[in-house]
Amino acid sequence: MTSVDRWQLPDGVEEVLPAQAAVAERLRRQLLDMYRSWGYQLVIPPLVEFTESLLIGLGADLDLLTFKMTDQLSGRTLGVRADITPQVARIDAHSLGQSGVTRLCYAGSTLHTRPKTPAGSRSPIQLGAELYGDSSLAADVEIIRLMLATLETAGLDHITLDLGHVGVYGAVLAAAGLDDEQEQTVFDALQRKSLPDLEQALADADPRARELIVSLVDLNGDDSVLSAARELFAERAPDALAAIDALQDVATDIRRQRPGVAIYFDLAELRGYHYHTGIVFAAYVPGHGQALANGGRYNDVGGVFGRARPATGFATDLKALMALLPAEETGRGAISMPDIDDPALQDRVDALRAAGEVVINCLSAAPDPRCDRQLVERDGDWVVQPLNT
Amino acid sequence: MSIDKPLTLALTKGRILKETLPLLARAGIEPLEDLATSRKLVFETSHPGLRLVVIRGTDVPTYVRHGAADLGVVGKDILLEHGAEGLYEPLDLNIARCRLMTAAPVGWRPGGARVRVATKFANIARQYFARQGVHADVIKLYGAMELAPMMDLADLIVDIVDTGNTLRANGMEPLEEIAAISSRLVVNKAAMRASHGAIQTIVDRVGAAVAAAGEA
Repeated sequence: MTSVDRWQLPDGVEEVLPAQAAVAERLRRQLLDMYRSWGYQLVIPPLVEFTESLLIGLGADLDLLTFKMTDQLSGRTLGVRADITPQVARIDAHSLGQSGVTRLCYAGSTLHTRPKTPAGSRSPIQLGAELYGDSSLAADVEIIRLMLATLETAGLDHITLDLGHVGVYGAVLAAAGLDDEQEQTVFDALQRKSLPDLEQALADADPRARELIVSLVDLNGDDSVLSAARELFAERAPDALAAIDALQDVATDIRRQRPGVAIYFDLAELRGYHYHTGIVFAAYVPGHGQALANGGRYNDVGGVFGRARPATGFATDLKALMALLPAEETGRGAISMPDIDDPALQDRVDALRAAGEVVINCLSAAPDPRCDRQLVERDGDWVVQPLNT
Repeated sequence: MSIDKPLTLALTKGRILKETLPLLARAGIEPLEDLATSRKLVFETSHPGLRLVVIRGTDVPTYVRHGAADLGVVGKDILLEHGAEGLYEPLDLNIARCRLMTAAPVGWRPGGARVRVATKFANIARQYFARQGVHADVIKLYGAMELAPMMDLADLIVDIVDTGNTLRANGMEPLEEIAAISSRLVVNKAAMRASHGAIQTIVDRVGAAVAAAGEA
C-alpha cells in the first residue's frame, strides 16, 4: 500500500460527515424516543457474539453475511453481528426471561461480508423494534404501524406497504405435494416471478399442482388479489384461506389508520420464507430501488435459547434513510467567546449553553465561521452582540 | 403515487434489439426516432410515460437491479451468468433463441482428471461441470472461443450456439446443451410495487405480442 491510497476505505464501508451525521443522529434520537413512547425498551447488544447464538435459525444467508474470527480466550468462533434481531431474540428468551409481552428496540452498527443490495452499505446502522410474547394479529399491526411511523418521522411520504404471508405459499406447496428438488427450483423461480422457468420446473408435475403453483406468480397487486386467491384456493388449498383472511384484516386496519399509505399485496413474497411464520411486510418509497424497512412474524426463534416465544418485528437502515433526506446546512447562529479566564464569562457561557446555544471558544484565532454573534464585555457584564462580518 | 415519473425500458443492443423492436411495435411501443441513425442515448416512445435506453446486454441487469431502469430486455444467458437476484423475470420473449452448449474439436475424448474450459460464461461453466462431477479449470475469454482449443489454451469451450456454422468452420462440434437461451423481460422489484399498474400494462401488452408472434 502506497501513501497515496492510505485514505481509502473498504468497499461498502463509509464514514458519515458532519452535515449528514447531524441528520442521522437527530433521526436516531427522535426514533428511539418515539419507540420509548410506544413502550419499547432500548437494549444495547454487543458488537460480537459466539456464532452459535448469532446465527440461530435465521437462514444460511446470515451465515454468509457474517464476518467471523476466533476468540483467543475461549477458542470458539466469534461473529461480528450482521443482524441485531437474533441478539434481541436471545435477550428476550434468555436474559430477560419474562413470560408476558416484551417490547424491545435497538439501534447499532452491523457489518456485512458483502452488500445485501446492489451498491448497498456493508456497515449499515440497523434500527428496529421487536414485540415478543403475543401471537395475535394485533401485534403485527402494531409493528407495521410503528414501521410506518418510523418512515413518517424521517419525513418520507408516498409510502407503499408490501404485505405477504408465508402461510399462502406453505399451504399451496403442501397441497401440490412436490419433491424436495422440485420445491427448490420452484422456490427459486417464484422469487423471480419467472413464469417460463416455473413452467419448466413443473413440466412433469401433476397438472393440478402445476396450475396451483403457477397461479401464485400473478397474485400480486391491489385488493383484487385477495379475492382472486380465495376463489383459487377455496377447494384446493383451504389452509391458505386463514392467511388470506389475516392479510385482509391487517390491510383494513392499516387503511383506516393511515389512508395515505398504498398497500400492495404479494402472495408469493418469499423473503425470509425459511424463518418467517406469518405476515411479512416491507415499505418502499418511489425512486428507491430497495425496501427501506422490512419485517415479519418469526415465532419460535427463541427456541434454541430454551424458550420459543411468538415474535414479530421490523428493522430499517439509518444510513439508507439518511441518504434520502436533505443534509443539514452547516448552520450559522453560533456565538463566539473570547479565550479569557473570567468567572463571570464562564457563568454566562454555561447559562447560554444550558439554554441550547452553541458557544465556541475562538481561541487565538478569528471567530469560527459558524458564529454570527459574539460575547463582549460591557461595563463588567458579558453581553451577546451581532458579529460584524 | 408517483404516476408521473416516466418508466425506463433498457434494451440490449445488437441482434436482440433487432428482434425486440418488431415485438414492441406489435405491443404498441415504438420509438419516436430511428434508433439506428440517432446519436441519442435515451428515446421517447409512442407509449406515454415510457422511454427506452439501448445498452450492452451485460449492463441491462445492472441498470434494472439498481432501479436506473424499471424494465429491461436481456438474454437468459446473461441472467444465468450474472445472477437474477433482485429482479423479476415475468416474460419469455421467445426471441434471439439459441443454445448454450459445450463444444470441442471433432473427435476430442475426455482424458485426464481435469478439463480446461474457455468461456465468456465462467460462472455457468463452473456450475455445469461441478454438477457433472468434472473438475474444470475455467479460463475467462471475451471473444473468439473457437480459437482457444486450436491454440491449445483449452480442451473445451462453453459458448452460445446458433446455427453451429462457426464451430464447424473451425473443426469443432457441439457436445452437450447446458441451457436453452432466449430473451427475457425483467422488472425491478421496487418499481413493480411503486408503479404496479403502469408496469403490469406494459407486461400484459408485450405478453400479448409474444403470444401473437407465436401463433403467426
